[in-house]
Amino acid sequence: MTRVAEIFQTMEYGPAPESAEAVRAWLAKHEDGFGLFVGGDWVKATGGTLSALEPATGNPLARVGVATPKDVDRAVASARAAFPVWSKTSGHERAKVLYALARLIQKQSRFLAVLESLDNGKPIRETRDIDVPLVARHFYYHAGWAQLLDEELPGRKPLGVVGQIIPWNFPLLMLAWKIAPAIACGNTVVLKPAEHTSLSALYFAELCQEAGVPAGVINIVTGAGETGQAIVDHPDVAKIAFTGSTEVGKLIRARTAGSGKSLTMELGGKSPFIVLEDADLDSAAEGLVDAIWFNQGEVCCAGSRLLVEEGVADKLVAKLKARLGQFRVGDPLDKVIDMGALVAPVQKERVSALVDQSRSEGAEIWQPDIAMPTEGSFYPPTLITGVGTGNTAWCEEIFGPVLTVMSFRSVKEAVQLANNSRYGLAAAVWSQDINRALEIAAELKAGVVWVNTANQFDAAAPFGGYKESGFGREGGRAGLEAYLQSESLWTDDPAVLPPAKPNAGGAPVAGVIDRTPRNYIGGKQTRPDGGSTTEVYTADGRHAGRVGEGNRKDIRDAVEAAFAAESWSSSTAHNRAQILYYWAENLAVRAEEFEARLVAVAGGSPKQAAAGVARSIERLFAAAAWADKYESPALKVPSKQLAVTVHEPLGIIGIVCPDPQPLLSFVSLVAPAIAMGNRVVVIPSQRFPLLATDLYQVLETSDVPAGVINIVTGERDVLAKTLSEHDQVDALWYHGSVEGSRAAEAASVGNLKQTWVNGGRGRDWMGKGGERETMRRATQVKTIWVPYGS
Amino acid sequence: MAIHAVGRSDAPAPSHNEPERNPGVPFDASWVEAVRVNRSAVERRIDSLGGRRTVKKDWQAAWLLKAVTCMDLTTLAGDDTPGRVQRLCAKAKHPIRRDLAEALGVAELNLTVGAVCVYHEMVETAVKALEGTNIPVAAVSTGFPAGLSPFKVRLAEIGESVAAGAREIDIVISRRHVLTGDWAALYDEVKAFREACGPAHLKAIIATGELGAADKVGKASMACMMAGADFIKTSTGMEGVNATLPVSLIMVRQIRDYLERTGWQVGFKPAGGIRAAKTALSYLTLMKEELGDAWLSPHLFRFGASALLGDIERQLEHFLTGRYSAAHRHPLG
Repeated sequence: MTRVAEIFQTMEYGPAPESAEAVRAWLAKHEDGFGLFVGGDWVKATGGTLSALEPATGNPLARVGVATPKDVDRAVASARAAFPVWSKTSGHERAKVLYALARLIQKQSRFLAVLESLDNGKPIRETRDIDVPLVARHFYYHAGWAQLLDEELPGRKPLGVVGQIIPWNFPLLMLAWKIAPAIACGNTVVLKPAEHTSLSALYFAELCQEAGVPAGVINIVTGAGETGQAIVDHPDVAKIAFTGSTEVGKLIRARTAGSGKSLTMELGGKSPFIVLEDADLDSAAEGLVDAIWFNQGEVCCAGSRLLVEEGVADKLVAKLKARLGQFRVGDPLDKVIDMGALVAPVQKERVSALVDQSRSEGAEIWQPDIAMPTEGSFYPPTLITGVGTGNTAWCEEIFGPVLTVMSFRSVKEAVQLANNSRYGLAAAVWSQDINRALEIAAELKAGVVWVNTANQFDAAAPFGGYKESGFGREGGRAGLEAYLQSESLWTDDPAVLPPAKPNAGGAPVAGVIDRTPRNYIGGKQTRPDGGSTTEVYTADGRHAGRVGEGNRKDIRDAVEAAFAAESWSSSTAHNRAQILYYWAENLAVRAEEFEARLVAVAGGSPKQAAAGVARSIERLFAAAAWADKYESPALKVPSKQLAVTVHEPLGIIGIVCPDPQPLLSFVSLVAPAIAMGNRVVVIPSQRFPLLATDLYQVLETSDVPAGVINIVTGERDVLAKTLSEHDQVDALWYHGSVEGSRAAEAASVGNLKQTWVNGGRGRDWMGKGGERETMRRATQVKTIWVPYGS
Repeated sequence: MAIHAVGRSDAPAPSHNEPERNPGVPFDASWVEAVRVNRSAVERRIDSLGGRRTVKKDWQAAWLLKAVTCMDLTTLAGDDTPGRVQRLCAKAKHPIRRDLAEALGVAELNLTVGAVCVYHEMVETAVKALEGTNIPVAAVSTGFPAGLSPFKVRLAEIGESVAAGAREIDIVISRRHVLTGDWAALYDEVKAFREACGPAHLKAIIATGELGAADKVGKASMACMMAGADFIKTSTGMEGVNATLPVSLIMVRQIRDYLERTGWQVGFKPAGGIRAAKTALSYLTLMKEELGDAWLSPHLFRFGASALLGDIERQLEHFLTGRYSAAHRHPLG
């Protein structure tokens, strides 16, 4: 029987390999090893080389340079040298460079797809149909931003030299996500690809030469952790953009604390995939293939936790098992596979160990009986059932082809289970009922929500996480803002006034009845936990009164009260605006009293005090005005779906106020924060806390719900540390000393809260309100994708 | 769950035995109402399928031969004549040029197409022309393509065609029952047609291009299977949109659901607009992936096509010679 006749009977699939000839020829040309791409040219790494291996076979592919701190220094210097010219190059000229890169990527798309597949182990189907087209799209999209920047985001400036560190799971795509927006905005970059997967970045460097990218604008240094550390530590780097594990993200946060470097981080995830009983279950099963068995599950936003409504759980699991029974795992260059190889043996061991751990904790592990390659870092698709919420496979990011299943009883429970995680990167919801699906989408704490789909990406759609999945966005307007700075709000004025020199002889402030202010927690004036008070003084050192000496337990109570006030975050913007207006109204009624208090306590002329109160009222109006106007449009993604971004509150923000302008600075920070739906715990001016404590009654009469604004008086840096360490606090805005800023950032690593610190600088509180910047800091972007079609 | 038929979806090799016929089940509206279809997700599955599965070289040749055996070679034109139908039947008996079949090593298999599909008036001619073979004649029926002639006439039409020797009847459903959601009426109609078919196999054409929404395609499929359809078929070939891979996916998933509920295997026939060999391979892939190897057989899978065979022949010749072929080198059907 001929082979054709045989196959006619069996109807099996045969091999269909994509040719790697051109890529292997290119690698052969570089068999002596790759250099570093610095200043538009190739230089030898001084740290020797490391071996790039082919995950599917374990065979060596190439030798890649290891950049030492000295090499990194050279790359940063070249980026720094290129910055003055590149940042002043016209938007149109920059657009032309980005466009040239986009075109070259398209022209070399097959080559790039094969190279990426060889180096990473992912299927050629994915590199060809997903990775590389998204890379080209990213450069096109940002060519457009370069063109439009001056018009659309006037007054914004690039940051300078940006250090970018990317992971191995989407080597070229993550490079595009990092480089395209950075250079579109006029920054120059030093990028380090992951040690396992440097090759597409090195080929990209060759494309940069061909595209005419000016020397030094894009520098690519290869190496491992130490190379990355040298970038993170480099004093001339203005910003670090990192994609990788939460563990490394925390290290970077700690190392950059107080450095003034801006930071965006896209970290790990354990994303829920929620299936309601009215979902198209066949499609949901296939959606899971796209969610967790895409890229071998080595996806930060992989839908690794399946939450399925109890009534259809068995049915969906049966469908999944049937689908996995048809799964094909093998040579990444073969066009007849669903899944390729994990990136390296070490990753396979890690996945395997986590699955073993889950089993030992009582989980049931299921893998299909399918043909598996005998060599290379292959791991079968895996289904884990019978787990509790404490099981390793349910909690830990596995970064492999492993799905863990749990059922739920109601939408409410689904949301609770979904949000019961340190992570908050992405989520999927499957239902044919748009009402239910969108309700869940609104309640999920995740930066991206896919309705009836999974793992959709586009350059126009912001991507990034909530909670310990990181901060900052990539893609869209929000992503662009991460590479630009507004006109600075900071001045050389101090934020901390020297401690009072008590003037024992001075007369106490006249005409004020002792009000014995306490803390303001949960809408009540509460006695400080320690039972102590601190004497506070006027600007010229006279006794002004006493305030509570707050301690860590007061902070704990204040955060609990803020947590309980969660309904504020889901109240309507209109409602929040009304309360802010009412607050302004009530402050106006008592303007004279506050003016007098300002003069008496903080010093200054009555005219200055009157202006300060008036400006505070204006700030309340501005925040109220913005409450329902800080919005973003529907996104123009190139597929048939409605993709929208919503600005959501961060949750609980800790606000540490400066000493000057004790009323105005308080209002300027607190009003936008609560306008966006946050609840706040405020440490008022340590020097002049009475202006804040005087506000208690104003807040009470303004219908500010209990727990939305909580105020603890006391020693700034002691309380700030407790706030920064508190894992329930989502962000910390610190105004204090240089050292206090560093300490606040360093202490924030526990839950990777978003920090905004003054670095010891002051602000012209009477001048710019900085509302836009403040609201940007007070919100996080959620992108919701809803494909449609009947 | 009882499995009445041979060749389960997880069987190692396709069955060449005819499965037991689906007798249908009593109408249960909840089966229809349970159907959920997300159109966008269905399209994404189809978009990615071509990148996940492909066949090249020997495999492609073998799969194309399989496609030939699953073909309902069709002529449904107002100007059909006995001569035209006889020529088509000759092609049906020897769809692959003899030298190609020999070179491929399948000459002794005497491959034929799955059936010849004609209007009632041509049934007798076709039956006669196919005498001595096992190729069935299929008649389109019940007021094809619109299905709006009197019900009694439609029933009688089935009887006439069966009497004339048709072993398969491709009926059209009343689209209004689907559009108005009257699933019981649809069930009754198809059940009556099935009874009228007697021993002949019934293929229910649901005319997907006229049903308005993806979930209606799924629901109509389920109602027809409950009523005892042996096959469900996408289109008459006369609608604005005929067979597409996404609607096919919706239908085959319902076949799988029905199998899981009842144990009965129902066949699938996409029809209209399938002209390229490459498209035929996509359909075979879809069947293999979603239903299993049992559906890679004319007993459970057919293409309704007239121009497809010519392209397959050219591709097979290219496979053997490495040169691109020309239409006139293959016997005209």
